Amino acid sequence: MARKVLVLGEVRDGSLRNVSYEAIGAAKTVAEGGEVVGVLLGASVSNLANDLIQYGADRVVVVEDEKLEQYTSDGYAQGLLAVIDSEQPEGIIFGHTSLGKDLSPKLASKLDSGLISDVTGIEVAGGNIVFTRPIYSGKAFEKKIVTDGIIFATVRPNNIAPLEKDESRTGDVTSLSVEIKDLRTIIKEVVRKATEGVDLSEAKVVVAGGRGVKSEEGFEPLKELANVLGGAVGASRGACDAEYCDYSLQIGQTGKVVTPDLYIACGISGAIQHLAGMSNSKVIVAINKDPEANIFNVADYGIVGDLFEVVPMLTEEFKKLKVNA
Amino acid sequence: MNIYVLMKRTFDTEEKITISGGQINEDGAEFIINPYDEYAVEEAIQVRDAHGGEVTVVSVGNEEAEKQLRTALAMGADKAVLINTEDDLDYSDQYTTAKILAEFLKDKEADLIIGGNVAIDGGSGQVGPRVAELLGIPYVTTITKLEINGSDVKVVRDVEGDSEVIETSLPLLVTAQQGLNEPRYPSLPGIMKAKKKPLDELELDDLDLDEDDVEAKTKTIEIYLPAQKAAGRVLEGELTDQVKELVSLLHNEAKVV
Repeated sequence: MARKVLVLGEVRDGSLRNVSYEAIGAAKTVAEGGEVVGVLLGASVSNLANDLIQYGADRVVVVEDEKLEQYTSDGYAQGLLAVIDSEQPEGIIFGHTSLGKDLSPKLASKLDSGLISDVTGIEVAGGNIVFTRPIYSGKAFEKKIVTDGIIFATVRPNNIAPLEKDESRTGDVTSLSVEIKDLRTIIKEVVRKATEGVDLSEAKVVVAGGRGVKSEEGFEPLKELANVLGGAVGASRGACDAEYCDYSLQIGQTGKVVTPDLYIACGISGAIQHLAGMSNSKVIVAINKDPEANIFNVADYGIVGDLFEVVPMLTEEFKKLKVNA
Repeated sequence: MNIYVLMKRTFDTEEKITISGGQINEDGAEFIINPYDEYAVEEAIQVRDAHGGEVTVVSVGNEEAEKQLRTALAMGADKAVLINTEDDLDYSDQYTTAKILAEFLKDKEADLIIGGNVAIDGGSGQVGPRVAELLGIPYVTTITKLEINGSDVKVVRDVEGDSEVIETSLPLLVTAQQGLNEPRYPSLPGIMKAKKKPLDELELDDLDLDEDDVEAKTKTIEIYLPAQKAAGRVLEGELTDQVKELVSLLHNEAKVV
């Protein structure tokens, strides 16, 4: 059954987030041959429409308004509802990002629809679109279907494969004029604390430190390794509680859930609390002085040793690899 | 100030998870207040202590949730309400829960509603914003700071590590992120007092709701455990050789670098 599916293109610092391309990949499965329509909201975002098309959107609808420069649930909901009203889609896919988590339940409620959040897999089976999602902090999975109304889902970054970029693809870009009004929450200030560069939840490589990092300065070698690998730095709750780093880096049951291709745990014991945030990573490397540390039970590769010795050596080896590549 | 807390009783996910009969096996497992809802209870108590008023903790679930509601009362909440759906509903989703909560809250003239930003079992984070939308009030999710001045509210919101300073006004729904506060442990006198505090139990009938009104829009068709990971490899030999071997394995075998 061919469906028309909307995908929200999420803009961050003037470009589209990777998860939006992954959302298009998800939308293709849901559409079953139907049309995938990208939606862009912002003050000036129409220049990004072609990126959505090259990654698989058939066409793009743009809503531009000064009041959409920053995300607010009221402003974005008004913009999207206008698009939904004119397009009448049978499916909607967002990234399961801070924005997607905040906005999707409001929209689902407005549309009187269900919503399947934090999806890590999609398949067509038995005439249904079946969504897989982690539950119980990733210790189990459930398969879910929509039984009534729009098929609405948010996809977790790094889990659904995007389509190959095809620069020869073309599609219509139309703009929809929407009056954005009565915003009830006003953003006064944005304080940037997250590490510059790579976003932790979308990073392909995460280098994380635990209590074994011992101090704020102790994170420096981890940052260097992350830099060489184009990755992000994360931390265990222990390291955050000890004030070695900001809570914005925390990975775990409380904190962020990450599923990178490569997770390098440095001086992390592997408390269940922490495993809940990273155990679904594709490849896990553990570096710890204690051979009995629980982290070795979930690691694919382990080195028993002092992280302050091992991490700089790893950085050097990866540098060599990059030079030779 | 009329404050409501949305609370969920959850399986402690630090427990080992097993499946029997297609369901998560709950026998003998430890149940807790969803950790993010604990922040919500604590914040509600602090707001009441600063501004006056009353804190009511509400939970949708079965009678087992009385225990967690009593814990919230022991922490310092004034009243608790259990909306018991055990006899009425076989299956529910976030649509169901939000509709029930909104129906309960619609005539309560709540100034402030606080919930956790996500429950650690289901992990969807939908119910808070859904309830706010159904009530027609603004919401801010994943907050780490709340300042109330008359009906003006200043909130700091965690956005993937960055912070947004947001101005809004009451009535308002917020969802708690870690870092909002340090939830207190119930004191012994608190526990004694909690036994005498009101804990009302309602059913869908009491809210003039039929099962059909709250019928789920989604359905779980399977629950399964992740495939057991093969045992990992702890490298051996000289540290420099181990490092070289690791880089080679990540590059050639795992192909992630």
